[in-house]
Amino acid sequence: MRNVKMLYFAWLRERIGVAEEDLAVPDGVITIADLIAWLRLRSAGHLAAFTTTTSLRCAVNQDFATPETLIATGDEIAFFPPVTGG
Amino acid sequence: MANIRVQTADFDIGAEFAALCAGRADIGGLGCFVGTVRDTAKGRKINAMTLEHYPAMTEAAMARIAAAAEQRWDLLGCTLIHRVGRLLPGENIVLVLAASPHRQAALDATGFLIDWLKTKAPFWKKETFLDGQEEWVSANDADDSAAARWG
Repeated sequence: MRNVKMLYFAWLRERIGVAEEDLAVPDGVITIADLIAWLRLRSAGHLAAFTTTTSLRCAVNQDFATPETLIATGDEIAFFPPVTGG
Repeated sequence: MANIRVQTADFDIGAEFAALCAGRADIGGLGCFVGTVRDTAKGRKINAMTLEHYPAMTEAAMARIAAAAEQRWDLLGCTLIHRVGRLLPGENIVLVLAASPHRQAALDATGFLIDWLKTKAPFWKKETFLDGQEEWVSANDADDSAAARWG
């Protein structure tokens, strides 16, 4: 198990119902893509948030990540929609 | 060199110009972009726009964008200020200033900075319509292609 801190923003936060959660991730969950598949099973809200991945972005430790990015203990992992500032 | 801020309060464009130029006479051109809240979205009037961001990441992402501009153009300074929270139609959202010895670099860097801010900094807009309905703004392809033209 690896402990990570999850952060959710914008409509992902609204669908999941929390802005952040501390999770113990099973050893078989290695990449961000694995994590998304695992998160879908946590609740109906998570499933709704992670139904499609085309409009999903991820940052690990405050830097943009990809589906192949590896997860490590202590990571801060944020999921959010494509950004719309400016 | 870049002055980067995320704040709920409004900004004073004149004061930011003055701060960027204070004590120096080597600037030949200043580019300025101000983004404001438009009162209409998808043909419907809005009451307000709420800006959310990822506090731990936002200023670092803005600093990376400013550093990319400083690598590409001969800049003597730049200012990036982005507001967050609830904003009303007509209010300022974002300020970009870029100072250079020369006009073209100042103008190009200003365009680059706002295009990259819109596509690479973790801000999200939610619009509240007159009937109280709320909708997250979706990222649009035009913003992506505007950012992509800088390579």
